[in-house]
This record gives sequence, C-alpha cells and structure tokens, in this order.
Amino acid sequence: MKQNNYILTCEQIYKSYQMGATRLEVLKGIDLNIAKGEFVAVKGASGSGKSTLMHILGALDKPDKGKVLFEGKNIAAFSGRKINEFRNKKIGFVFQFYHLLDELTVLQNVLLAPMVQMGAIGWLLHSAKAKKTAAQLLGELGLAERAEHRPYQLSGGERQRAAIARALINEPDVILADEPTGNLDSKTGNDILRVFEKLHNAGQTIVMVTHDDRIAEKASRIIRLADGKINPPVA
Amino acid sequence: MYDVILPLKLFKTSRLTILAVAAVAVCVFVVIVVMTVMNGLVTDFIDMNHGFFSDCVISTDSLVGFGHYDEFENTLRSSDFVESVTPVINTFGLVKSNSSGKNAALSLMGIELESHEKTTDFAKSLYYRKDKPSLAFSPSYNPQLPGCVLGIDLLVERDQWGIYKQSPYLPRWSYGITCFPLTPKGTLVKTGTSVSANTGTFYYSDNSNSGLARVDSTYVYLPFEKLQSLAGMDIGPKRTSAIFIKFKKGADLNKSVEKTAALWKDFVARNSNSEISGLFKNVNVQDFRSYRRETIAPMEKEQTMMILLFLLVGVITVFIIFVIFYMIVGGKNRDIGILKSVGVSQLGIMRVFLRYAVLTGLVGAAIGIAAALVFLDNINGLENWLYVKFGFQMWNREIYAIGAIPDRPGVALPIEVAAAAVIACLLGALLPTIKAARQNCVDTLRVNQI
Repeated sequence: MKQNNYILTCEQIYKSYQMGATRLEVLKGIDLNIAKGEFVAVKGASGSGKSTLMHILGALDKPDKGKVLFEGKNIAAFSGRKINEFRNKKIGFVFQFYHLLDELTVLQNVLLAPMVQMGAIGWLLHSAKAKKTAAQLLGELGLAERAEHRPYQLSGGERQRAAIARALINEPDVILADEPTGNLDSKTGNDILRVFEKLHNAGQTIVMVTHDDRIAEKASRIIRLADGKINPPVA
Repeated sequence: MYDVILPLKLFKTSRLTILAVAAVAVCVFVVIVVMTVMNGLVTDFIDMNHGFFSDCVISTDSLVGFGHYDEFENTLRSSDFVESVTPVINTFGLVKSNSSGKNAALSLMGIELESHEKTTDFAKSLYYRKDKPSLAFSPSYNPQLPGCVLGIDLLVERDQWGIYKQSPYLPRWSYGITCFPLTPKGTLVKTGTSVSANTGTFYYSDNSNSGLARVDSTYVYLPFEKLQSLAGMDIGPKRTSAIFIKFKKGADLNKSVEKTAALWKDFVARNSNSEISGLFKNVNVQDFRSYRRETIAPMEKEQTMMILLFLLVGVITVFIIFVIFYMIVGGKNRDIGILKSVGVSQLGIMRVFLRYAVLTGLVGAAIGIAAALVFLDNINGLENWLYVKFGFQMWNREIYAIGAIPDRPGVALPIEVAAAAVIACLLGALLPTIKAARQNCVDTLRVNQI
C-alpha cells in the first residue's frame, strides 16, 4: 500500500507519563499506517497504551516524540483552530463510557458537532439539514423515539448508539472507538458491533480499541500492542 | 449554538447554581437595602440643609456681625444669577418661659419673613402659618402682639411613630428673651459699671420643623429688626450675621458662588474706608455644603466608608462565585473533555462558563433586587410591627429626626448593583473558566486506562 492511500500514519510515536516518582513509558516508537476504509482493531492488555494511541491519533493528546500524519499532513503543525476543526470534521470519537452530556437531550448530544461547526448565527440559519441528518441517524440506530430523552433515561446500549450517532453526524473520515462495547453486556455489545460492521461495509474508516478477541476478529486488521510497541511490527 | 444552550442547561440542572444565585441575591439584597436607607438619610439631610440655608451663605462667625449688608443685598439683587437674598442674624440669648418660669440659653435667629420665605424653605417648616408664612410672627389669637417661632423640638413632643403631637390651637405662651448687646467693636454695652442686657417679650406664634435635629431643638426665630435691636446690632451702622442667597434655577452652584465671592471682594474694596470695615475680615462666602461642613462632612465620610465596605461585599461575592465555580468546573471535567473531542476551542469552553456566570449574576441580581424592593416597600411597616410586637425601633423617633426610614432606591442604584453583581460573577468565574479551558481533556476521558 502506498503512503498516499493512508488516511492516518504514525511515525515513531513515543509517549510517557509521570506517575509519582517514576516515568512510565507507554508508547515506545509506534509506526502505524491506516488506509481509507479500513477497520482496524487495536488489541492489548490493560495498560498497554491502546487508549493513549487512540487519543494521539485523534489529536486529543500530543506524542512526546514522532509524527501523526492525516492524509499526509503532520497534525502537530496544525494551528489550534485547525486542530479543533480536525476533531470536529475529520474524526468521530466513541468512548467506552459513552460520554454524553447529561444536560442535553439525545438529539442535542448528536447535534453537538454541527453546532460547534456552524456557530450561533450559522446554526440559526442552517440547522435544518443537520437536524434532518441527526433524525435519520437516530432512526437508523433505533433511537428515533429516544431523541428528546436525556442520557440517564437510556440503557447502556442506547447511550452507546447515541454516542455513535454523535460521532457520525459530521460524516468524519475516521471513527476512533475506545472499547465501545467494554461497558455493555454481550448481546448489546454484539448489536453495537453490528453497527460498526455496517459502517465499515459502507466504507467508513474505523480504528477500534479492544481487548476482546471475539470483537477484534470482526475487524479487517488486528494490531497488537504490547510493552509499548506493535507486536509484531507492522510492515 | 452549544455556547448558548449549554449555559442555560447548566444553569437549570446544576444544584450548585442555586448556591451561586443565592449568594449573589443575598449580596445584592443587602447592598440595595443598606445603600437605600443610608443614602436616603444622607440625601435627606443634605436637602434639608439646602432648604434651610439656601444655596450660598455670606457669614461671619463673630457675634458682632458685619455692616453695609443692605447695600450688598442690592448689588446681589441686581445681578443676573441671583433669585433672592435675605439677611439673617445668628446670636444667643436667654429664653424664659413666662408660663413655666423655665430658663434656657438658646440660639436666636433673626429673619425678614418676606425675603426669608423666598430664599429658604422656612415657610414649609411652619405648622400654624404654613399657608400664610408672612404672618409667622403674628400670633393667630392677637396678630398685633410680637411673635416668635420656636424650633419644634423645644416644645412639641413626638409619639413612638415620630409624629409630632401638635396642639390644634395655638397656645397662649409668651417668652422673655434676653440678649447681651455688643458694640461694633465687640465689647459689651455697659450702663455705668454693669453690663447692659436687652429683654423683650415675644408670644409663641408658630413652630418650625426644619428636619435638622439640632436646629429644631435649639433655635428660636425672631423678627430681624427686633433681634437686631436686642443684640445691639443697630448700634452705629446696622449689622447682620449672614446673608442667605438663592441662585436662579439652572445656575451652576460653584460658578455662582465664585461670582458672589468676586462681587463681595469688590464690595469690601469699595467700603474699605468704612468705620466698620474691620468686620469684613471674618466674612466668608461659601456654598451651603461648605457652610455646614461640620455636620454634612461626617455624614458624607460615613457614606464613603459605607461604599468602601460594600466594595468588600463585592470582593466577598467574587470569592464566593470563585469557590462555587471552582466546584462547578471541577465537576464538569468530563464534559469539558467531551466538548473538546467534538472540536470546541478553549475560547468556546470559556464562553460556556462565562455565559453561565453572567446568567447566574443576572438571575441572582434580579432576585436580590426584587427581594430588596419588596423589603424596602415594607420596611416602615416592618419596623412598626417590630415596635408593636417586640418594642424594638431601629431609630427611636423621640430621639432621631427621622419621619420614615428611606425606602426608595431610585432607578440607578439597582441597575448599578446588578451590573456590579454580573461583573463580580464574571471576575469570580474567570480563573476557574481559564483553568477549564486549558485543562487537558485526555485525563478526563481516559477512565483509568492507558
């Protein structure tokens, strides 16, 4: 695969954290290429650096060393405004604990990214399309009846589907999912997994962190993280 | 739009908001109530002084007074900025009640009714002759008798509500008033080797309620010429103690006082050869505030002190809001991370929390203002109720010259306090907001995993 086909590329990523008196080396020279339309599962034991890698890929965190390229451009060189735009338009995050805002309804949670993108005046003038897309997404994810509910009124599976709808609303290039089924029972987890499979079949690029082999097998590629490195190294 | 919806939602759902709003409301309430009462008392006091002494006073501290005042009055009357002028004699005398036989050393004030009424609020202060102030020195039962007006607190008592127990009919009381006349040189007039004293009998014709406690409890008003004669101020060139001046409506007080001072300076120069020109040395031209600075200045100082104390209340509000917002922001770390993950900028995060702070300030101020207005509207009723029920009175009306507790805050004060409350909220929320905006969102989204 040629480099210009990769939507995301990691080059020698290092990341460490200060834990009390000791410095914990979490990522030790990660090289990784993710192609457009790929469904990549990042596997590894607890504390292997999966979530850290995910956050670095989504520009939520910065590596100590190394580069992350998005469509060939180093995201470290992006301005603050460009980074925010990148998170808003290019990346969709799905977290293990859903991370919905309790104060907002399901529909408002889903509409959060377009609201940020459009600004107050733009929203007043052009929100109709975003609202239509959100309603469609909620319908497809079986949450049409739950649009006006608050997150605490939803089950775990429903919350995760709402979080997926939020991640998809701006049609991002990449979905970064951090243990999206980790907090769900197996049946609900399977339902969520089917949503991801469906998205992948529609051409969506997905990077999913998991430590569950059964879930990882659904991905088109599995990357194993161990001791801060990809094992075996990606060619 | 998130930065409009989220502050509103945070405001509606966060329980800490209730604390923040309550803190702001209490501070606003306290500031408005106390400022209204204290400002009202100070303003009323200054207004009463203004009404009593008019705009400008040319006066001497010397009991001898100064001469040629009538010439200067004419000069003033012909100038374009003066509305009216009146001469006033201030002296002391012994006042003996002929009915009770009691003696008291009191302040005597000689006034020309016609000009004094035009220049000051004296007419408004009368009780029996309020509608005919020109007859204030004419006892109603016999207008031919020489009358005197007494400060109301010298003879009329008040009930517990502060209302004077005026007699519906003018009592037939007379007073022997004795003065020790002074020559233009300031020496006591003597007959042989003994000091001469002038005594006159005056009949109680009215009482004056100026609202100035000290004046109303120590002043006796007499016809100008009669007191001039009693005090010996008609020996040689006639003399007076002061001239009260009322400026034309719309005239700038300070400029008019300056013009008056300039006219006085010219007048003194023109009369430098007069036999009593030496008496001009102690004469001052002042506006009423300066003339009464001994009583007004302490009250104004108290007012300034009070404003400084309320600045401390403002600081406390800022601190309370700071603490509450610190707690609110601390509880919203995860939400801040979520917002950043969908592309909200640091400025966007700040907008959310600062608008939340403004909302807290506005709602707290609105509640505080509403509560203060309701409280002030009932403050006098409440004080009366406290008195009837528990015998407690904030200001004992038998001692303090307060008819009612000031209860009108005006329009400016609530607006200013509300603006200050919003600013205090913004200041208090600023540091926690900056902290929130700069927070590393990864920590909050990580859920204890690496």
